Amino acid sequence: MKRFMAFVRKEFLHIFRDVRTLVILFGIPASQLLIFGYAVRTDLKNASIAVLDNARDNVSNDLIHKLEASDFFTISNRLDSYDEIDATFKKGKIKAVVIFPEDLSATLTREGHATVSIIADASEPNTASLVTGYTSGIMNDYSATLTKQATSGLPVIIPEVRMYFNPNLESHFMFVPGIITLVLILLSALLTSVSIVREKEFGTMEVLLVSPLKPWQIIVGKVAPYFFLSLFNVIIILLMAWFVFKLPVRGSIALLIAECMLYILMGLSFGILISTIVDKMENAIIITFMVLLLPGLLLSGFIFPIENMPKIYDYVSMIMPPRWFIEIIRPIMIKGAGFAYVWKETLILAGMTLFLIVLSARKFKVRLEETAR
Amino acid sequence: MEREKVIEVKDLVKRFGSFTANDRLTFDVYRGEIFGFLGANGAGKTTAMRILCGLSRPTSGKVTVAGIDSHNPEEIKKRIGYMSQRFSLYEDLTVNENIELYGGIYGMTMREIRPRREELLRRLSFTGFSDSLILALPLGLRQKLAFAVALFHEPEIVFLDEPTSGVDPVTRRQFWEMIYETASRGITVFVTTHYMDEAEYCDRITIMNEGRIVALDTPTALRELYGTASVEELFVKIARPQRINA
Repeated sequence: MKRFMAFVRKEFLHIFRDVRTLVILFGIPASQLLIFGYAVRTDLKNASIAVLDNARDNVSNDLIHKLEASDFFTISNRLDSYDEIDATFKKGKIKAVVIFPEDLSATLTREGHATVSIIADASEPNTASLVTGYTSGIMNDYSATLTKQATSGLPVIIPEVRMYFNPNLESHFMFVPGIITLVLILLSALLTSVSIVREKEFGTMEVLLVSPLKPWQIIVGKVAPYFFLSLFNVIIILLMAWFVFKLPVRGSIALLIAECMLYILMGLSFGILISTIVDKMENAIIITFMVLLLPGLLLSGFIFPIENMPKIYDYVSMIMPPRWFIEIIRPIMIKGAGFAYVWKETLILAGMTLFLIVLSARKFKVRLEETAR
Repeated sequence: MEREKVIEVKDLVKRFGSFTANDRLTFDVYRGEIFGFLGANGAGKTTAMRILCGLSRPTSGKVTVAGIDSHNPEEIKKRIGYMSQRFSLYEDLTVNENIELYGGIYGMTMREIRPRREELLRRLSFTGFSDSLILALPLGLRQKLAFAVALFHEPEIVFLDEPTSGVDPVTRRQFWEMIYETASRGITVFVTTHYMDEAEYCDRITIMNEGRIVALDTPTALRELYGTASVEELFVKIARPQRINA
């Protein structure tokens, strides 16, 4: 028993000496709880919607108040005409537009029922069904109170739902842009970091550095193939999306490719940065996955809308390139949005890319000097 | 006889923060010489060699390699060859592809590379292996090839960083024959090593300890000076670190 205790004591010592084990032991459950508890939400909170109130009467007013009073919605836009709907959706913030017909009150008294349209941005099918469901729910509640007053016993306000951009609510409208976002950054960062770290591990990096090749030539030379291969990958994914899922690119393909190039560049610089931090290929792989995969999947808005998460998650997701890229390619692919709608996100992504390039180039240089010892 | 100096080092100092890795090193290396660089781990060998190879800048002092000042490392790099202790060839490339890569990096065209490659393969009796992956070669052959590749662009000086670690005695012997052959062609060989018997093969040796040069002469002269029977004994006598590092 004494022997056994001595052995167990050693095992505890290992764990307490090694920060990494401790982090895994206590950090993972905590972070999983936080991520899944808050980020993975299937309920709705503060979704931005717009109203197009052609009626401007008591009923429409009441309903707008009801919508606003609920925790589910924020009415952040009031439209004046149908023509504004498309542009509003392309901007991406508004999840649905509620349209009240001109003669709402009149129709209601005359015929006992009236139709109110809800048009949802179905490029995010999950959010679209939630938004339309909740909106219809509020309308039905309101109908119920009307019915009580009128005692006519009919459901008075009939919500008419339309799914914009994606009438059949097909989920691959969401998945294809999401997969491109995730796969591109994972692959480009992973392949770059692994291939650079590999040279370090095998000692070939030294030989390259002693050669007349300049450090920038080594780095650019190493990432150039991955740049083109990743781009080729994009084209394959798009072709597959088109042929297999019948998902066309509605916006400009040239713009889409250009944005992908920017994003790939970012992934590559991220990979270079990782390669300056680690010395072993396994670590490069682990870091890439830890930093990119889970947050990329959960906090980018790929599957779970960021709007529904607590504000802090929103801020955290702002430093994540996938979030911005999704906000770029989803409108281009699904909504046919042009550069005018995505220039802000593009600028942010370009800024991040520049920052990563400068940072990784610097770290790479510092590494060269430091390894002297 | 006035011999031509290919490496001149005067008062070389390299500091990393408050740590002095190289403390006023002064030595010359002559053309065609086999110059051994000895020292315990952490004695400052690697730092000095990195400066000579143009990978790192001296904090102060004057370093000239192949007639080029160390402030112009790009020019130095064109004139030197380098082989690390890991015989750094690309394992997933063939013998031919590795040679082509290194030739290309040093600015040679395929037309220049091809005949020289054939000659090299013949000289090493490697002809049958030209399309084999490095992965498939035994360690001894890899080492030979790595050395030949380091010399492929005909540098004036070749730096060998512990070139024989992890190699069996017979292969080591063969490797030293290659070094002799290289030196006899007028190429200067600058070699760091842990093996004291190898130090005996050098024309001159330098022993470093804690960033300083503590001995520099031919192995024979040093043995006589300190009255020891071998370089190994000599090394233990003068290069013993002041502190014991685990």
